[in-house]
Amino acid sequence: MKCRAGFVFSNDYLTYHFHDEHPFNQKRILLTKELLESNDTLNINDLISPRMATDEELALFHDHDYIEAVKRAGRGKLSEEQGYEYGLGTEDTPIFPNMHEASSYLVGGTLKAVDEVLSGKRDHVLNLGGGLHHGFQRKAAGFCIYNDSAVAIKYIRKKYNLRVLYIDTDAHHGDGVQWAFYDDPHVCTFSIHETGRYLFPGTGNVNERGIKEGHGYAFNLPIDAFTQDESFLNVYETALKEIADFFKPEIIITQNGADAHSFDPLSHLCGTMNIYERIPQLAHEMAHQYCDGRWIATGGGGYDMWRVVPRAWGQIWNIMKTNTPAKGALPNEWLVKWQTESPVNLPNFWHDTAEAYVNIPRKAEITEKNDQLLQNLLKYTKTIK
Amino acid sequence: MLVEDIMKTEVTTLPPTASIADALILLQENRLRHLPIVDQENHVIGIVSDRDVRDASPSIFLKDASSSELENEIHTIMSTPVITIHPMDFVEEVAAIFYDKEIACLPVVSSNQLVGIVTEKDMLYTLIQLTGTHVQSSLIEVKVPHRPGILPEVAAIFGKRKTNIVSVLIYPYKNDSNYKILVFRIQTLNPTPVIQDLREAGYQLLWPNNIVEPRR
Repeated sequence: MKCRAGFVFSNDYLTYHFHDEHPFNQKRILLTKELLESNDTLNINDLISPRMATDEELALFHDHDYIEAVKRAGRGKLSEEQGYEYGLGTEDTPIFPNMHEASSYLVGGTLKAVDEVLSGKRDHVLNLGGGLHHGFQRKAAGFCIYNDSAVAIKYIRKKYNLRVLYIDTDAHHGDGVQWAFYDDPHVCTFSIHETGRYLFPGTGNVNERGIKEGHGYAFNLPIDAFTQDESFLNVYETALKEIADFFKPEIIITQNGADAHSFDPLSHLCGTMNIYERIPQLAHEMAHQYCDGRWIATGGGGYDMWRVVPRAWGQIWNIMKTNTPAKGALPNEWLVKWQTESPVNLPNFWHDTAEAYVNIPRKAEITEKNDQLLQNLLKYTKTIK
Repeated sequence: MLVEDIMKTEVTTLPPTASIADALILLQENRLRHLPIVDQENHVIGIVSDRDVRDASPSIFLKDASSSELENEIHTIMSTPVITIHPMDFVEEVAAIFYDKEIACLPVVSSNQLVGIVTEKDMLYTLIQLTGTHVQSSLIEVKVPHRPGILPEVAAIFGKRKTNIVSVLIYPYKNDSNYKILVFRIQTLNPTPVIQDLREAGYQLLWPNNIVEPRR
C-alpha cells in the first residue's frame, strides 16, 4: 500500500516554549523531523507549512474572552489575578511572549492537516505540533493553551459534517476533547491512559460514557500504573476494533502522546517502542477500513524528549508513508549531531533494548485488572449495538 | 460546611389527607424517592418513601386486585416521628445520621417550618467535592508521624513550589495510631519537583512508589 502522506512543520512551532526548565519542549518535533530526514523517509515534498488559526476558527471551541486574555498575556498585559481565572500564569501553563501566536500556529497546523486530507490531496497528515488535549473552552491547563483537536473536530463537523473518531493514546486522559464533545453523538472519543486515581487530570473513568444524545460515544480505558506492552496492546487493540466497528467513523484523528513509555518521567506506565509501532499501525488499518484512508495524527505529551519521543513519533510517519515501521539502527548522522546536546545516551536502534524493560512484581494482577476493565468497556459497546 | 449550603430548598410535599395514588403519581413524575407530609402550617408531620407507597399498592400478581388501597389517605402509611435537621447543622453530622439510622433523606426544619431537604445523593455529591476528585489534579500520598505541626511542615513544601493544593485528606495508617497518611491533590501535570523536594526532606511517599528494579 502506497499512501499519500504529509508532514506539517515550521520552525515557528519552536516558539511554543514556556521556559527552559519546563518539561513540555517542542524541540521534540525538530528532533523527530531530522531523524526522519536522516532516515530518508521524510523529504521536501512531504512537508506542509502550517497556517495560523484565525480568531473565528479558535472561537469554534474557545470563548472569545479567553482568546483575548491569551493575546493580552502574550503582550505582558494580563495581571496575575486576571490570568488565574483562565489558568494562565500557573506552573503548568506559564505566560510567555506572543503565546497567542505560538499557540495559534499549532492549531492552524492541525486545521491545515484537515484541509489537506478532506480536499483529497493526501490520505494521512501528521501534525506533531498539535495534540494539546487538556485545553478547555475558557481555561489553559496541563501545558495546553488552545485545544487544536477540539477546534479541528468542530471545524470538520461544521465544514464537512463527517463522523469523527478521536483516539487518544497519551498517558494522561484526553479530558479537554472528551468534555468538548460529551453530548455529541457524531464525535466518538476514545482515550486509553494511566488511571486517574493518582495521575493528572484524574478523570477518564470507564463509567464516563457521554451525556444526552452523546451517551455511549465516549470511551475510556484507565489502565493500571505499571502496565506493560502485552496488556496495553491487548486491551487497546480489542477496544479500538470494537469501537471502530460500532461507530463506523468517516475520519480519524489520533492524539499520539508518547509518555506511556517506561522512561517517561511524568507517568507510571511501562510501555516500550513496541506500543509505539503498533498504535500507528492500528490507526492506519482503521483509517483504510472505515474512512477511505482519512487520518490526521497529532503529537501530545512525551517528556523523555531524547530517547523516546523522536523514535515514537518517527514511527507514526514511517507507517503513514511506507505502511511499515522502521527497523534496525538509527541513522548515525542524527546520533552524532544530537548526542552532544543530549544529557542522556541516545538509543542506537529503533527498537528498545533491555534497559527499557522493567520487572514489575504485580504484573499478573495488573493484567487481570486491565482485562476486567476491558470487559467493562465492551459490555457497554454491546448494549448500545 | 453547613446543611444550608447543600440542601435543596424546593421541596415536593403532600398534605396528610392526600391519597396514596397521589403520592404514587408525584413520586413517579418527579423521579423522587421521598415525600415529606406537611400540615397546613408547613409543619413536618410524617414522611413516606417510594417503598412505603409500593408496599401499600396492590400486587401486580393478584388478578382481581382492586385498586381501592390506593384511595387510602397517605397519613395511614407515613412514618412518624420524622428525624429532621437544622440549616446550621454540619454536613458531617448529617452523614453520621444517614449511617446510624439507615435512612436516605432528611427534611430540614427551622422555626418549625420545612425549609429544605437533604438526600443521600446530595450527601455523596458533597463528599466528592471534599475529596477533590472532580478537579484536574495529581495525587501524592505521604506517610507521616502523627504529631502536632506535621501538616504545615509538609504543606510548606508545596507552597515553596507555588503548587496549588486542591484538597487534603488525612487518613489513619492501617491500625497504627503512630502514623497518618496525608493525601494531597495538587493542580499540576508535573508533580516531579514537589516529589523530589518531599523525598529530599525525608518524607516517605506511599504514592508515587518506587519500582524495586532495575530503576526509578
